[in-house]
Amino acid sequence: MNQTIRLTVNGERKIVTTDGDRPLLDVLREDLNLTGTKYGCGEGRCGACTVLIDGKRAHACLTPVAAAEGKAITTIEGLAKDGTLHPVQEAFLAEEALQCGYCTPGMILATVALLDVHPHPTDQQILEWMDGNLCRCNGYTQILRAVRRAAGWHG
Amino acid sequence: MDTDFQFLERIEPEPWEGAQADQDGSGLSRREFAGILGAGLLLTVAGDVALAQRRGGRGFGRGGGPSNIAARIHFGSDGTITVMTGKIELGQGARTELTQAAAEELRVAAEQIHLIMADTALVPNDGLTAGSGTTPRTVPAIRRAAAAARKVLIGLACKGWQVEPDTVSVKDGVVTHKPTNRRVTYAQLAQNSELAKQFAQTIPSEIALTPVSQWKVMGTSLPRPNRREIVTGAHRYAFDIVRPGMFYGKVLRPPSYGATLKAIDLAPAKAIPGVVVVHEGALVGCAAPTSWLAQQAMSALAKTATWETVPQISSKQLYRHLKEHARSHRGPGRGSAAVADTVAASAPPDGAETVLAHDYEIAYLQHAPMEPRAGVAEWKDGSLTVWACTANPFGVRGALAGALELPADRVRVIVPDVGGAFGGKHTGEAALEAARLARAAGRPVAVRWTRQEEFTWAYFRPAGVIEMRGVLDAQRFLTSWQQININSGGSAVDTPYEVGQKTCRSIKSASPLRQGSYRALAATANNFARESFMDELAHAAGADPLAFRLVHLKNARLRAVLEMAAEKFHWQEHCKNSSANIGYGLACGTEKGSYVAACAEVAVDRDEGKIHVRRICQVFECGAIQNLANLLSQVQGCITMGLGGALSEEILFADGAILNASFNHYHVPRFKDVPELEIHLLNRPDLASAGAGETPIIAVAPAVANAVFHASGVRIRSMPIRAAAAMIPSPSGRGLG
Ligand code: FES
Ligand code: FES
Repeated sequence: MNQTIRLTVNGERKIVTTDGDRPLLDVLREDLNLTGTKYGCGEGRCGACTVLIDGKRAHACLTPVAAAEGKAITTIEGLAKDGTLHPVQEAFLAEEALQCGYCTPGMILATVALLDVHPHPTDQQILEWMDGNLCRCNGYTQILRAVRRAAGWHG
Repeated sequence: MDTDFQFLERIEPEPWEGAQADQDGSGLSRREFAGILGAGLLLTVAGDVALAQRRGGRGFGRGGGPSNIAARIHFGSDGTITVMTGKIELGQGARTELTQAAAEELRVAAEQIHLIMADTALVPNDGLTAGSGTTPRTVPAIRRAAAAARKVLIGLACKGWQVEPDTVSVKDGVVTHKPTNRRVTYAQLAQNSELAKQFAQTIPSEIALTPVSQWKVMGTSLPRPNRREIVTGAHRYAFDIVRPGMFYGKVLRPPSYGATLKAIDLAPAKAIPGVVVVHEGALVGCAAPTSWLAQQAMSALAKTATWETVPQISSKQLYRHLKEHARSHRGPGRGSAAVADTVAASAPPDGAETVLAHDYEIAYLQHAPMEPRAGVAEWKDGSLTVWACTANPFGVRGALAGALELPADRVRVIVPDVGGAFGGKHTGEAALEAARLARAAGRPVAVRWTRQEEFTWAYFRPAGVIEMRGVLDAQRFLTSWQQININSGGSAVDTPYEVGQKTCRSIKSASPLRQGSYRALAATANNFARESFMDELAHAAGADPLAFRLVHLKNARLRAVLEMAAEKFHWQEHCKNSSANIGYGLACGTEKGSYVAACAEVAVDRDEGKIHVRRICQVFECGAIQNLANLLSQVQGCITMGLGGALSEEILFADGAILNASFNHYHVPRFKDVPELEIHLLNRPDLASAGAGETPIIAVAPAVANAVFHASGVRIRSMPIRAAAAMIPSPSGRGLG
């Protein structure tokens, strides 16, 4: 059933008329042309589709778009402001924490959400938090370094 | 990693899998230790780049590259330098490495190079991106072209100034004649009409390349040129490509392998407004303005489909099936599969020899790259353009042309930088499906496989049974060796050790699943069996596994990495002071011209029934290091990926269906699975660079298996190493003597 859904995506108001059961992931990618949010599994097991909904981490693949009605959604395209990268993006660049890069947007948004909840995370907190995000290039070592760097760890 | 698109099942012998020339060094006096833990109107040459490329692209199917400079390099009057390659960026760093290669020989900064990759309308055919071939073959091809271009540019400058080439210097794209203080830029030189003529010349094969000692761009840790597009989400993978008016397509899949469609009613799907339904030969598919709608139409189609299924082998019967169907005879000493155990059981003739024989089992794996297969197809005036994630752009072009009955020059394949492949994307299934749906729908169509499709319909890393047999003489030296790989392939099947008489080979069998390449191909399997079995023999000989290997090993490069790994890991101390349920193991190997050794520490947790890998120390050497940071990330990635194959990754199937076709049920390494890693990279500037995206994976699993044996006394002859087996208390006690 089509319904009209109001979203704020990366600070912009959007109105979509669509089946409310469609995954937010599809709406972002197909209706709003925001393809930085990736599909990796469609069942909440890889984190490639990670977005922020009202600042909290969410799997866009498991979120029916109707559930995002009235909420503020941040995707990877909305992190940089006026061409200035978000510190977490900078940290991923500084640590070269990307190989193929397909998992990277999800990793970055998961990190942003982590630092909101735990501004000074321990390694254990980082591992627990990030474990749901898969990197099949297995670049976990570099990603971990990037997360630590973003958290203000030195070295 | 290589297969022709059309010959997917043919997993060997592969062109690069022939014996690698032994580049054994004569000692390591020069080694360096890199221990890490840490606008004008200028369209000179190729006024029509595409044309020049097409010309260059013909007839170089195996990576030899184009014959002329113009097919490779284009200078713009605005100073832009465009370099073209048929190679793919899959996350392994090819874009970076090839950019460095061009910049080095052109004497410009890496930022000045614009690298176009894998667009069959523009680039030369550099062959499949596989088999660690980019470093040893495409890097030199690009360097030769760039060096030839530099020579032409210098020649033009000198001709204008009437000076000798050895009186000028080049830096940052500027040719300077110091004595007269004259300078000219590449951009200015590119306006010389002579350039086009000279760029049409054949690239000399014997052109001098910059020696390692003078490298300025190569040898540095240049980061990936398009990294900013990655972290901002701006880069579009094939999975993300959107074309005007594009529909999203779905393809009907059989419920099991080998099932054929008996009947289907298209009407219910056709009744959904906006949906296009296609039934073309064996293909049943649909396309719709959203993938949601396409999925609904596909469900409607699937409901009405009736299938005829055929009996299929299940994973429980797999290894027996592979042995029973092993083709070709097995050479001296092994009349049939059944002989193995007979040999093992028989007593040595006079008590002087020890004979050991065992089978090792290797499971099917799925590569599971994060970007599943995807293709977007667009038809225009009878010509087809597809965006595809494949490692094989020209192969896919040929396959599309064949399947769609088009001349190859009416098909253009564009491969945006890919979201991982690991040997799993040598084909273009989604591209062909998209092309068929797009033709029927009369508009562009994207086909993006689901994770379940990827787990089910993509080809698998081959399973295998590897028959091992070794004979020790009375002095505990190896006098005879056999390694017969049934089904999983021939990479690294030969042993690097001195073993006396040997028979090492692979034979085919009837694979119940569709199989193809993998990262390092069969080298993961063969190295697992060989290095595990070497441990068994060491144990039988009552020798330390390191000492036993070294006694049988002459290859200096392999010895160097093995000895260094043992030293860094403090192997000797561990062997002396070990504690219950903690074990240490090592393994080494060589493949595709590079050398690796790994030591592992594991803990066998009997309460949890788990094997924990606590620490891996790995040494890797691939000749002269071209990009240290990239190399390090490849090695780290290989080790962790190797742990998946070692401990958990295994495709389970029954009745023609995959039982664990999701990340829920097929466990790949996650953050918490990463052990403490200690990596040492040996730099050998005196040796040619070998590719490094594969070999670092091959020593991990056997090192772990050997450590598990040491910890538990149980030898697990299967990959993955099944933890349950290691929990059985072993009366025979510890592995190491
Ligand atoms: S696509 Fe959403 S978690 Fe994998
Ligand atoms: S960088 Fe390739 S999946 Fe993470």
